[in-house]
Amino acid sequence: MADAAGRDPGLQPERTRLAWRRTTLSCAVTAVLAGRQVALRGGGLLAAVALALVTLAFLLFLRLAHRRIQLLDGSPSPSTMPPRSAAAVAACTMSLALCGAVLLW
Amino acid sequence: MSAFAQRLPARLRAARDSVRLWFAPARVQREGATPDYRFSLANERTFLAWIRTALALIGGGFAIDQFLTDHLARWVRAALALALLVGGVACTLRAVNHWVRCERAMRRGADLPVSRFPALLAVTVAVIAVAMVCVVLFGWA
Repeated sequence: MADAAGRDPGLQPERTRLAWRRTTLSCAVTAVLAGRQVALRGGGLLAAVALALVTLAFLLFLRLAHRRIQLLDGSPSPSTMPPRSAAAVAACTMSLALCGAVLLW
Repeated sequence: MSAFAQRLPARLRAARDSVRLWFAPARVQREGATPDYRFSLANERTFLAWIRTALALIGGGFAIDQFLTDHLARWVRAALALALLVGGVACTLRAVNHWVRCERAMRRGADLPVSRFPALLAVTVAVIAVAMVCVVLFGWA
């Protein structure tokens, strides 16, 4: 179906939606590995804080992906990803890495 | 004056522009004309693919520390895991930077930015892989 400018979106929004799903799955796998790291390392305040941060990062990612998928579904000519979403996704990924670095100790 | 020194001011300007874009990425949307959304979506998928690469590197860091306990000494595991985590962070930063720069280039109708990051990442991963093969084969460390 063509939009006002005569462009056919084809499967582009669908492919982008699936890319968000794949990335969410990758994030889930990494978060589970991070949780396992905490479980192996044992308790302590640091571990609890790290676990909370990992959970928070995953939930934030889930929310971002969900909102973006809804946006892609709803509109005939989808808007560009907001730069703040890109920054938030990067923040999630980097906090997972940070937890990893802290838990190695 | 060498060619590098002649290009230095332009390079510095470009670096300053990138850093300013990181901290105020919304400025991208005020430049030029909005490109065909299909191109923006493709750019977004590339960004997500780099994020997945970063997540895989970070997950690999966790996996090395958790699953190679029989093969590797504690410090080797920690060093490798840390290298992979740092690689993951580098990939993430590069993903955002490249996405912003591509988006800006498309808005301005300019050429897409080129980068040596993929080659550097490939070499790093290859070196780590060969090191791991040696460690596991010969039982070093």
